[in-house]
Amino acid sequence: MSVNDYLYYIILPVLCLALVLVTIRFILGPTIIDRIIALDLIVTIGIGIIAIYSVLYDQPNFLDIALILALIAFLGTVAFTSYIEKRDK
Amino acid sequence: MNDILIIIFSTLGAIFAILAAVGLLRMPDTYLRISVTTKAATLGVGLLIGCAAIYFQELAVTSEVLAIIIFIFLTAPIGGHLLARTAYFTGCVLNNKTHIDDLKDKYDRKTHGLSSEEDKEDPEKNPIAKT
Repeated sequence: MSVNDYLYYIILPVLCLALVLVTIRFILGPTIIDRIIALDLIVTIGIGIIAIYSVLYDQPNFLDIALILALIAFLGTVAFTSYIEKRDK
Repeated sequence: MNDILIIIFSTLGAIFAILAAVGLLRMPDTYLRISVTTKAATLGVGLLIGCAAIYFQELAVTSEVLAIIIFIFLTAPIGGHLLARTAYFTGCVLNNKTHIDDLKDKYDRKTHGLSSEEDKEDPEKNPIAKT
């Protein structure tokens, strides 16, 4: 069993299972803060999936997208929290 | 040797990622969920991206991976702090097993002002007693 098989048949399904669990919390989430946390974690796990894909397909260019996604996730969290905090004033 | 390192790093990263997901689903409280995501997800993603750095072994890829890891390590605590602050301001209830709430009765939701316990007798200094 090569490294590619291990990454393809064990690591990627485990990460997808994590994505499904976070999506359940995203749908359930009693408050809007829980949904923002779930969105943040979805993007963070997505960065990990992109890193594994770049190893599998031998393409280091995929890591650029991971960097951009990390930037956008932080920007989204900051924007959501600041506007929700100002909403009731 | 590189294959073994990739397998170890990716396994640990996947374990941390799924622990973060299960913790997000199982934790009873918004504040505990914030704590789970900022701790577990940061280490998990750092290990998973480290796999790419070990696999390619080029200076460009390694520096990019280091940039991503440093960025995530910098922004995860800031995001967690912002989320917890907003959760408290919008009135998320704490879990009933949480015993310590330092801001209870000392924080005014309208003016966002704080007051200590010594000021409570003096209504001039206490923004909660005024409103």
